Amino acid sequence: MPGETKPCRVAVCAAAGCLSSGAAQTRAVLEKGVADAGLQDRVEVFGTGCLGPCHAGPLVQVSGEDGRCLYAHVQEADAAAIVSEHLAGGRAVETLRVEGEEAFFAKQVKVVLDNSGETDPERIETCVARGAYEGLQKAISDMSPTDVIGEITKSGLRGRGGAGYPTGLKWSTVQKAKGARKFVICNADEGDPGAFMDRSVLEGDPHKVLEGMALAAYAVGAEQGYVYVRGEYPLAIARLRTAIRQAERAGFLGNHVLESAFSFRVDLRIGAGAFVCGEETALIASIEGLRGTPRPRPPYPATAGLFGQPTLINNVETYASVPAILRRGGAWYASIGTAKSKGTKVFALAGRINRTGLIEVPMGLTLREILFDIGGGIPEGRPFKAAQTGGPSGGCIPASHLDIPVDYESLASVGSIMGSGGLIVMDDTSCMVDVAKYFLDFCRSESCGKCVPCRAGTVQMHALLERITRGQGTLGDIGRLEDLCVLLRETSLCGLGQSAPNPVASTLRYFRDEYEAHITERRCVAGVCRFAAAEAAS
Amino acid sequence: MPTQATPAASVGPAGAPAPADKRLKMLDATVKKHQARSDALIEVLHHAQELYGYLDADVLLYVSRTLRVPASRVYGVATFYNFFTLKPSGEHTCVVCLGTACYVKGAGQVLDALESAHAVRAGETTSDGRLSLVTARCLGACGLAPAVVFDGEVAGRVAVAAALERTRQWTDGHAR
Repeated sequence: MPGETKPCRVAVCAAAGCLSSGAAQTRAVLEKGVADAGLQDRVEVFGTGCLGPCHAGPLVQVSGEDGRCLYAHVQEADAAAIVSEHLAGGRAVETLRVEGEEAFFAKQVKVVLDNSGETDPERIETCVARGAYEGLQKAISDMSPTDVIGEITKSGLRGRGGAGYPTGLKWSTVQKAKGARKFVICNADEGDPGAFMDRSVLEGDPHKVLEGMALAAYAVGAEQGYVYVRGEYPLAIARLRTAIRQAERAGFLGNHVLESAFSFRVDLRIGAGAFVCGEETALIASIEGLRGTPRPRPPYPATAGLFGQPTLINNVETYASVPAILRRGGAWYASIGTAKSKGTKVFALAGRINRTGLIEVPMGLTLREILFDIGGGIPEGRPFKAAQTGGPSGGCIPASHLDIPVDYESLASVGSIMGSGGLIVMDDTSCMVDVAKYFLDFCRSESCGKCVPCRAGTVQMHALLERITRGQGTLGDIGRLEDLCVLLRETSLCGLGQSAPNPVASTLRYFRDEYEAHITERRCVAGVCRFAAAEAAS
Repeated sequence: MPTQATPAASVGPAGAPAPADKRLKMLDATVKKHQARSDALIEVLHHAQELYGYLDADVLLYVSRTLRVPASRVYGVATFYNFFTLKPSGEHTCVVCLGTACYVKGAGQVLDALESAHAVRAGETTSDGRLSLVTARCLGACGLAPAVVFDGEVAGRVAVAAALERTRQWTDGHAR
């Protein structure tokens, strides 16, 4: 029943992670159980966006007047128990509850993910009931495009793709740029390995992203938008398609949005598996049907982007932050976070951590709070070694910096970057030289080959690391690696090559002893690297 | 590639891969939907691969003609992106995710074991055509690390033994 809320709501996680652990079957059992018990007038079962603690999937959330209860690993038999004991009997099934539920959620602040557990991403009416497109409505009826940009500027929102460029400034540059047509692009080419924030947002709340794009289009004067999504995310693509269709039918997208003079059409472009396409000029080339190779900037896409026209490119999470800013005001958003990094940030917690999953925290929370309070620490009581942020462009943060606040400036000061939000935890079973090699291997094969420093430099750096991990390195190799770090950073054409040395530079900075142990003692402290022949001979 | 492929392309009308094939009509519909614009190249290749399973020279040439894009550019795009494959894949596909979370949790060992058990390298197909072993950069299923996709079905926390068992069912199920 659209619009009508039943007193008891059962949200089954319908994100890719839970679906692959059997959430669809769980949902079917719940739906049938509710019908069989004659509870359908009181209980509503629906699919929802990522509920958070992905390690405990399939997840089911039951909410009603008496609060919220999150169930873990809900298999078919457990679903039947939830129906009979909780839904019919009114008693929570304590044995099935997520371990550490309270700790996991206590420090989180949900802005981008506030519809998780509340709306069904495949039914627009459930989203509208929770305020979707309210910001757009307000902007179109009461605000000029300049007012919208003013509100975004006031909020202090910065690009969530990783670089942290002020969003308001970017929008106003595109607004002022002259062109026959303008475009708005959503960069959903989430390529960092170990990052799944954008996937979760697109799967869980596509309307928030579409509304953010529509607001951006209204502000800068664009009539056409593109969402460039990774081909590896079929579920996100399907949900976006559904959302666009429903939004067009409801008059939030298409010609004469909400019967105003403003028109905005959104099309999808499916990526074809090239990491470099996350770089904005490469992404534009890919939308134009070309090989995804970057080009030198300036001119920036804001003045000459897609088909040579002024183009606004923002990341998924950036757009998803916009509707709340319009609805609740820039000042409200700016009250969250730190002096220079406002608002919240979504992180994907993964690796050697007890509670892997999707979290949203206010900027400035410390790394320790994120990893130990929310994430529940390292499994098996092993020691924490490093947290890797920003994927192949980021760095490893050692235990000595666990108390830094997580914001753009602080992360940069310790040699890492905010990045898009992937947060991989490593314990003493990870060899830091091997981790650096892993990322260089990634950059080496994802380098588009257009500029020499990146194409050849990543290969050389990888070869040096390969040698060291085989126990064949020399101390001179460390100096060579450091020289190459500088060379790539200073001379590569785009962000991929410029940031490719970061994993090496940061591990050299904090774990130099591991490099030296590989070289001088032929010893890998984590026991990951296999040393070749010479040792066997000795 | 283009010069070698020309004779093969003359088999069907306009280099059609297989005459009287419904798939070609479906591909034409996609081209039409995009008004045969050259910037739809990647979209059209996506659909072609969906229909045919892979992109052979005939298909590439056909796309080149219908979109009026030089064959060299079509080939350039098809080989640039990891998603497109120019060779047919095996009967079954096993994708090992090598994202950071999976790597930290031992996906490398799973891949090594699969490679040696089936005498195939990542990105290749076994000589009997039964199994294609593929790696992925990140499936975004990091909560389930290490993740492996068996014929489109994502499995989480896959141990070496489990991966070998699943794939051996495919490869050993038939008499050698």
